[in-house]
Amino acid sequence: MSDLTGLTIAEARDGLKKKAFSAKELTEAHIKAMEKARVLNAFVTETPDIARAGAAEADKRLAAGAARPLEGIPLGIKDLFCTKGVLTTAGSHILDGFKPPYESTVSNNLFNDGAVMLGKLNMDEFAMGSSNETSYYKPVINPWRRKGSNTPLVPGGSSGGSSASVAARLVMGATGTDTGGSIRQPAAVTGIAGIKPTYGRCSRWGIVAFASSLDQAGPMARTVKDCAILLKSMASHDPLDSTSVDLPVPDYEAAMTGNIKGLRVGIPKEYRIDGMPAEIEALWRQGIQWLKDAGAETVDVSLPHTKYALPAYYIVAPAEASSNLARYDGVRFGLRVPGKDITSMYENTRAAGFGREVQRRILIGTYVLSAGYYDAYYIKAQKLRTLIARDFEEAYKKCDVLLTPTAPGPAFGIGEKSDDPIAMYLNDVFTVTVNLAGLPGISVPAGLSSEGLPLGLQLIGKAFDEATLFRVGEVIEKAAGVTPRPQAWWEA
Amino acid sequence: MTFVTTRTDTGPLLDGATGKWEVVIGMEVHAQVLSKAKLFSGASAEFGAEPNAHVSFVDAAMPGMLPVINRYCVEQAVRTGLGLKAKINKRSTFDRKNYFYPDLPAGYQISQYKDPVVGEGVVIVDMPGGKSIPVGIERLHLEQDAGKSLHDQHPDESYVDLNRAGVALMEIVSKPDLRSSEEAAAYLKKLRAIVRYLGTCDGNMDEGSMRADVNVSVRKPGGPLGTRCEIKNVNSMRFVAAAVEYEARRQIDIIEGGGTIKQETRLFDSKKGETRSMRSKEEAHDYRYFPDPDLLPLEFDDAFVARVKASLPELPDDKKERFVRDFGLSPYDAGVLIAERESADFFEQVAKGRDAKLAANWVINELFGRLNKEDKSIAESPVSAAALGSIVSMISDNTISGKIAKDVFEIAWTEGGDPAAIVEKRGLKQVTDMGAIETAVDKVIAANPQKVEQAKAKPSMAGWFVGQVMKETGGKANPQAVNELVMKKLGL
Amino acid sequence: MSVDKDTVRRVARLARLAFPEERLEPMAKELNTILAWVEQLNEVDTSKVEPMTSVVTMSLKMRDDVVTDGARAEAVVQNAPLGEDNYFAVPKVVE
Repeated sequence: MSDLTGLTIAEARDGLKKKAFSAKELTEAHIKAMEKARVLNAFVTETPDIARAGAAEADKRLAAGAARPLEGIPLGIKDLFCTKGVLTTAGSHILDGFKPPYESTVSNNLFNDGAVMLGKLNMDEFAMGSSNETSYYKPVINPWRRKGSNTPLVPGGSSGGSSASVAARLVMGATGTDTGGSIRQPAAVTGIAGIKPTYGRCSRWGIVAFASSLDQAGPMARTVKDCAILLKSMASHDPLDSTSVDLPVPDYEAAMTGNIKGLRVGIPKEYRIDGMPAEIEALWRQGIQWLKDAGAETVDVSLPHTKYALPAYYIVAPAEASSNLARYDGVRFGLRVPGKDITSMYENTRAAGFGREVQRRILIGTYVLSAGYYDAYYIKAQKLRTLIARDFEEAYKKCDVLLTPTAPGPAFGIGEKSDDPIAMYLNDVFTVTVNLAGLPGISVPAGLSSEGLPLGLQLIGKAFDEATLFRVGEVIEKAAGVTPRPQAWWEA
Repeated sequence: MTFVTTRTDTGPLLDGATGKWEVVIGMEVHAQVLSKAKLFSGASAEFGAEPNAHVSFVDAAMPGMLPVINRYCVEQAVRTGLGLKAKINKRSTFDRKNYFYPDLPAGYQISQYKDPVVGEGVVIVDMPGGKSIPVGIERLHLEQDAGKSLHDQHPDESYVDLNRAGVALMEIVSKPDLRSSEEAAAYLKKLRAIVRYLGTCDGNMDEGSMRADVNVSVRKPGGPLGTRCEIKNVNSMRFVAAAVEYEARRQIDIIEGGGTIKQETRLFDSKKGETRSMRSKEEAHDYRYFPDPDLLPLEFDDAFVARVKASLPELPDDKKERFVRDFGLSPYDAGVLIAERESADFFEQVAKGRDAKLAANWVINELFGRLNKEDKSIAESPVSAAALGSIVSMISDNTISGKIAKDVFEIAWTEGGDPAAIVEKRGLKQVTDMGAIETAVDKVIAANPQKVEQAKAKPSMAGWFVGQVMKETGGKANPQAVNELVMKKLGL
Repeated sequence: MSVDKDTVRRVARLARLAFPEERLEPMAKELNTILAWVEQLNEVDTSKVEPMTSVVTMSLKMRDDVVTDGARAEAVVQNAPLGEDNYFAVPKVVE
């Protein structure tokens, strides 16, 4: 009872059911942890009152034996999800004061299943970033530190508030969104698990759009099993989202049999990139060995267009974003900066409301869609996407799942990469292919770097085969052993 | 976009100082789809509500909102395409047209740019004098309407109402096949008749359900096409004619004065009857069209098209042909009757089982004349089709004379009631009793010996006697019987 | 395809982003770096490849023609920075 925040969701679910503690106690423990960890800057908005009300309702239901799947589980919600009546910022100044009169489908699914919201989590502005440094609400600080160092590190991004709060035990799980790696990369560098489901698995309705053809919501939690539990609730067929699929949501937990005998694991040679740190390569080899030890066979496969994924992404995502972000014009919600006429009102509002990285991407996106450049950039990139998706189809003729590193390195220091956009973009080099092809990918904590920082391995699955990712992910997780929790230096 | 004319003949020409000029006109007609809900949201498409009352969060482009297409609007577009004898594209796509304007909440309009749902077709335009002109249709596509800005509510603000935003429009683009203001107006009239027959648009130009953009250029007969100007939002047939007249004359004057036409967008001022440059539209546009990533391609099969086709009503051209063929009407009369579906239906009820030509005369001359005079629509006619049919029957079977019939019509119009009952009650039945007629004839002859002499010299005087007998019998005598008897008695 | 100051100015105008003159040049440089990097795509012959339209293989979802929304103007305008009588208000637009 002393450390309720240390429990996994699965453990807490059992504890609540067995009345080992109440939802109120569980929530209060997390509210306390959240309040003590403000230096991490993981939350944009804390909602303890909503959490307490949720916990009270949960205790009633638990007492009545009518517990829902996530009854009383305290979660954080990335601030990209619109939450009814609760400030939703997308990490941007331009959504100043915006309180949506509606609830996103995914967060609604979680609350309908009994989850308790502790607050809205910080993130890179409009999910554009890999370090959470582009947030208008200031960077989130990774609870992990290098051995013997106080240098503040980034928690990854864009779901940096999510990764930091889960890793620091402020929440039991969190929602994230992943457009190019924004769930998996922050999960990897904070020592937690996170899955980007297949495009269409979770509804995008009510999630502030970044790049519509790539965005997908997913869970982040401390174990693979917790992710499976959360995804079961988050996923649904939503008639309000034309790209949400009408497929039943499997019982992911039940699929986690631990048995991967005979499973064919593809190792894509193109992921062995130039300048890959030795310890990342070693970790990858270790992962291959763990899976072999568990009875899987490994297959060398080729994904020849891998190197083009990142540049293609940096055409498609900004193009879609430039259009998606046109609605932030100071008319119907958020910030307005006056101007002498309508055009200058737009220009002033958007210049003041969007941060530097967002402006940069809007400009790129506007440029690549503009007359005379559309075919050379946008169409070219979409053709590359076809080729990238085809690479995966070919690979899956030979294997069931792919194993790769999640990120090219551990967490880096705040400010270390922010002056070089391309160096920053390279954080997504292993994750972005999955978004371009719409496939599911999971990052599983797999060990610590020489500096004592968490590293992750990524499994990429076939479309809508998240179940296999959970099953294999848990095998890696078990083989890697328990990831230690970061020292709670912020409580000192 | 530049389209190629399919017209091979030379149309009517205008006189200029340097000779004859040909006007070349193409039209883009926006027709509001007749549907209950909007194209991509569940808000009502009905005209005239309180500000922003017919607005969903999707229409207001709130963050995270997504479009889901209205199946019925797709059907309506296909139905219209079939009515225009056009190619139906079984695969089409929705694109975003990006630009900033306060009545465009998302900063883009969802439209069909590259692949419209309907391709090339043809509209037969009937000109007075019997000439029929085939006008090529380039395409028809579905798109969203914009909201409305009100400029007169506040000294330095415009107010925005999004009730129209997202309502489904069909943009019907003609080829540059029209050659005069009359043809342009007649084309619009025919298009309106077709969509009204189909029930795909109510054609209400006052409420903006149909609006036309008119492209006008002039050239020397047979010469190369001139530079065109686009005249925006011309909202009645009369204005279309006036705008073309003015614009053609303006262009001829400029060219003949040694000037050149600048390609531009112009606005028709209906009060002054002139067009003027819209400088606000002169800023270089770059709409950055790209496929809307929130929507998948619109696809349907032959069975769907066949099903829509099977539901098509008889169209104006077919109805006209049938009226001429089956009822022996003149093409002109048939054309008048089919101009509105309601008129044609009314006529068919009147004509059913009766003398169709007589019925057509009565509908066109008496009924339409009276309706026009009192500015009533056919739906508001105080005389029903059954009542008018009864009058026609009574004329045919000699129960009443044509003259009495007009009186009966007048009574039925002003006082209501069943014409047969009116005739019965007021004793208006034609006198066919030859004895009574003979008595009257004898009486008139006896009283007018001088006229008898005159008539013998000039047989056309017999008409005077017929008139007197009719007067004597209160108009009820059968005029034919009177005529025969008068001739006989006068020995003519 | 090199981006210059004027291009940045034009694109910023299209995107409705007020851009101070002194930031045009540095932004042109940044964009050129990124564009030069993405141009490696030209190494791939895509002449016979269709551009991707959708990552999921499914047909477009359609709604029935039923009014399910609206009649909540207050909620629609409640976040607006400026408005009156359930209208949104913007600086006067001249046609």
